Amino acid sequence: MSTSAESGRRSSVIIQMLSGTVGRYLSMLVIALLLFGIIILISGRNPITSYRELFGSTLGSWRGFSEVLVAMTPMVLTALAVALPARIGLINVGGEGQLYMGACAATWGALTFSAAPAWLLLPLMIVLGMLGGALWALIPGLLRAMGLVNETITTLLLNAVAPLLVAYFVFGFWHSPMDTNRTPNFVEAARLPTLADTRIDLGLLIGIFLLAAFWLFMRYTRWGLEMRAIGGNPEAAQRNGVPVKLYIVIVLCAGGAIAGLAGMAQVSGYYGVLLTGFSRGAGFLGFLISWLSFGNPVSILLTSFLVAVILTGGSMLQLTTALPYAVINILLAMALFVVLSGINIFPGRRTT
Amino acid sequence: MTDQLTTEAQTPPLISLRGISKSFGEVKANDQIDLDVHASKVLALLGENGAGKSTLVKILYGFYQADSGTIEHQGKPVSIQSPQDARALQIGMVFQNFSLIPAFTVAENMALFFRDLGRVMDLKKISGRIETISERYNLRVDPAALVMDLSVGDLQKAEILKLLLSDSRVLILDEPTRVLAPHEIEALFEVLDNLRADGFAIILITHKLKEVMDIADQIVVLRNGRVAGSLSVAETSEQKLIEMMFARPVTEFQRIERPQSEAGEALLELKNVSTQAEGARMSLKAIDLEVRSGEIVGITGVSGNGQRELADLVLGRLPATTGSIVLHGKDATGFSIRRIRREGVAFIPESPMAMAVAPYMTVLENMAVPQIERYARNGGFTIDWDTIRQEYTATMEQLDITLSFYALARSLSGGNLQRLVIVRELAHQPSLIIASYLTSGLDVRSAIAAREALVQACARGAGVLFFSDDLDELFALSDRLIVLHSGKIRGHFTPDETSYEQIGYLMTGSEASDEH
Repeated sequence: MSTSAESGRRSSVIIQMLSGTVGRYLSMLVIALLLFGIIILISGRNPITSYRELFGSTLGSWRGFSEVLVAMTPMVLTALAVALPARIGLINVGGEGQLYMGACAATWGALTFSAAPAWLLLPLMIVLGMLGGALWALIPGLLRAMGLVNETITTLLLNAVAPLLVAYFVFGFWHSPMDTNRTPNFVEAARLPTLADTRIDLGLLIGIFLLAAFWLFMRYTRWGLEMRAIGGNPEAAQRNGVPVKLYIVIVLCAGGAIAGLAGMAQVSGYYGVLLTGFSRGAGFLGFLISWLSFGNPVSILLTSFLVAVILTGGSMLQLTTALPYAVINILLAMALFVVLSGINIFPGRRTT
Repeated sequence: MTDQLTTEAQTPPLISLRGISKSFGEVKANDQIDLDVHASKVLALLGENGAGKSTLVKILYGFYQADSGTIEHQGKPVSIQSPQDARALQIGMVFQNFSLIPAFTVAENMALFFRDLGRVMDLKKISGRIETISERYNLRVDPAALVMDLSVGDLQKAEILKLLLSDSRVLILDEPTRVLAPHEIEALFEVLDNLRADGFAIILITHKLKEVMDIADQIVVLRNGRVAGSLSVAETSEQKLIEMMFARPVTEFQRIERPQSEAGEALLELKNVSTQAEGARMSLKAIDLEVRSGEIVGITGVSGNGQRELADLVLGRLPATTGSIVLHGKDATGFSIRRIRREGVAFIPESPMAMAVAPYMTVLENMAVPQIERYARNGGFTIDWDTIRQEYTATMEQLDITLSFYALARSLSGGNLQRLVIVRELAHQPSLIIASYLTSGLDVRSAIAAREALVQACARGAGVLFFSDDLDELFALSDRLIVLHSGKIRGHFTPDETSYEQIGYLMTGSEASDEH
C-alpha cells in the first residue's frame, strides 16, 4: 500500500465526514424550525418574529452568544462521559448522578481547604470532582464486569440516589448559616476563572480539550485500538487477549470522572456554591447529545451548541413573548427526531 | 448416480429426488443425489459432517434451490422454491436450533402456524386441537406452558406438534437427538413409531449409528456429497455403515512429508481437567492431554462434543473446575487469556467473524490487536504501523496470501477472513497453536498452503492442537489422534495404529455404552 494512496483515502474520508456532519446539522435545523413554526402558528403567533427573538437573543449579541457557550459547557462534558464508554459498548445513562457526585466531592475540597491558594485548590477540586464521578461509576462498572447487572440499569438507578446523597451532605453538614439547601459561597480561590466579563469559565476549554484528546486517543493510541476492538466484537477481543473486564471497569470510571468534572465545573464555575438539586438535567442532555452525535467529537460540539441555542433562546422567548417554556421542549424534541431520522440518510457510526 | 438403489417395490415413493446437485462456490455439497421417501417409513440420512445431509434436506424444504435435478411428489414433478412451497406439499422440518418464540406459550406458538387462524385467537380451541394430537401420538406438552420453561425434550415435542398441526405428512428432523438425554430419546422414538404407524414419512438426520439401527427402515449414507449407499436396515450392520461413511482411498492427502523429529519438551499438559457445562454447551470430563514441541495432536469428534470447550479451556477462557493446566512447564491454571497469549499461544478459531475479528476495523488493525504490546510505542500513546505492515507483509509473502490491509474486516469473504487470522496468528513464531477447523472456508490450494504453514511452524518447534472433522486431513497431519465424545477422551492413537472405521466408531459413540 503506498502512502499517497493512504493519505488520499484519509483526506477523502475527512471531507466526507465534514460534509456529512454539516449537512446533517443544517437539515436538522431547517426541518425542526419548519415544524416548530407550525406549532407557533397554531398558538396564534408569528413564527418569523418569534424566530427573530430566539436567534437575536442568542446569536445576535456577544452577550447572548456567551450565554449559549455557558449553557453548553456541562453538556460537552456529560456527552463525552457517555461517548467514551459507548466506544466499548457500554451504555452510561448515569451522567447526571456522576455529575452530582463530582460536584459533591469538589465542594468538600472547596469548603475544607478554603485557605489554599487557587493554583493549588482548583487542581485539587478538579481531581476530587473526577474522583467523585469515577467512584460513582465504579459500582456499575464492577457489577457489569462481574456479569451481575447490566450497566444501563445501574447507572440509571444511581441517578436517583446521587442528588439525595448530595442533599444529605448539604442539609447535614455543609449548609450556610442563612439557608439549609445551599453551602456558603465558595471563596474566590475555589472559582474557575472566567473569560473577561462573561460567565464563560475554564470548563468549556477543558471540555473542548478533552474532546480533542478523546479523538486522538481513540485514533492513535494502543488503548484506543483495544477499545475499538472490544466495541466491535467483545468475544473476539477477549480471545485475542484484550482484558475486556478490566476495560469495562476503567472506561466506565473514566466516563464517570468526566461527568464528575462537569459537576465540578458547574459548582466552581457557574454557581460558586453547591445547591441541592442544582443540575438542570445536563447529565441526561449529555446522553442525548452523545447518541445523536454517534460519539463523534466534532458532532458532540456542534450538537451541544445547537441544544444550548435552543434552550437559552427558549428562556428568552418565554420572557419576551407569551409562549410557555414547555414549548421550547417541543422544538428540542423535533430537532432530535430529525437527527435520529437522519441515521438512514447518512452513513452510520464510524469506526474512527 | 452409479450407486444402485434398493427401492421398495410395493409402494410408489411419496417423494423422489433425482440427480440433485448443489454447489457452494467450489464446494460440491450435493452431487447427483437420488433419494426416495416413502410413507410409513423412517429414512435415516447418515454421513459425517459436511457430507451433504443438511444441504439435501434444505433443498427438499425449499431453503436452498438445487443447481440441477428434479423433485417429484406422488409421481408429479414439483418445484420447491421456498419453505412455503414445501409446506404446501405437506413437508415440514424441525431445525437443529429450534424456531419457537420463547416468550409465548406452546398454544400461542402453535396458533402462529395455523393457516386457518381467524381474527380472534381462540386459545381454548387451539389448546383442544393440541391436546387431541398430543394424545394420539403420545406427544404430551402442556399447551399453557411458556416455551422458555420447556426442557429440550419438550421443545422438540412442541416442534413436532407444530408440524403435525400444520398438516405435514413428511417430517424432516435434523439431528433431533443431538441434545436429548437418553430417556428423552426413547420417548422421541416412541413418538416416531406412532407416526410411522399412522402413515407419516420421516426423514431423520443423525450421526448416531445405534439410533439408526433402532428406528430406521431405510438408510442412505452420504459421503462427499454423493450417495455412498442405500440399504434397508435389515441388510446392514453398524460395521458396514461405518465403512460406508468413512472408508475411502486417500487421494490428495498423501501424508505430508515432515522431517521426523524427536518429540520435544512438553508445551502443554492437561492433567485430569474438568469444566462446568454452561447452558447448552458440553462439559469436559477428566481430560488428560499432552502436546509436545514439534508435534501435531489431532482432535476430532462429531461437532458439539467438547471441541470448542477444549480450545477455550487451553486459551484460558473457560475455567477448569478440577485438574491443572501446565504451559511450558509452569502451572497455568487460572491464567488470564492475555497471560496465556503472551506465552506464545496462537488461536485460529472455527468461526473467524464471530470469534476473531472486529468487523468495523481494517485488516491491519485487526492484525495489530493480539500483539499490540509489540507495536506500542511511547508507552502506548502511539502505534508503530510501519513495523506492523512490514512484519505482516513478510508473513503474507511467506504464506502466499494476499490481503488488502485497509479493507474493513466485514467486507472480506469467509475464506479471506480465515486467511487474515492465519496470517495474524502464525506471524510471531507461536509456541503453541490451537487451530480449530483451520481449512474451513478455504479452497483446495489455500487449504494446502495453510496446512503447510502449520507443518512449518511445527518444524520450528511449535506444538499444535489441531481440531478437525476431516479424517483425511487428520490422518495426514497428526502425530497423534484424540477422539472426543460427550466431553470425554474416547480414544488416543497414532495414525498408524488406527483406521477411519475405528475413529468412526468412537466418534459416533458406538462403543460408548457405558455412558447411559
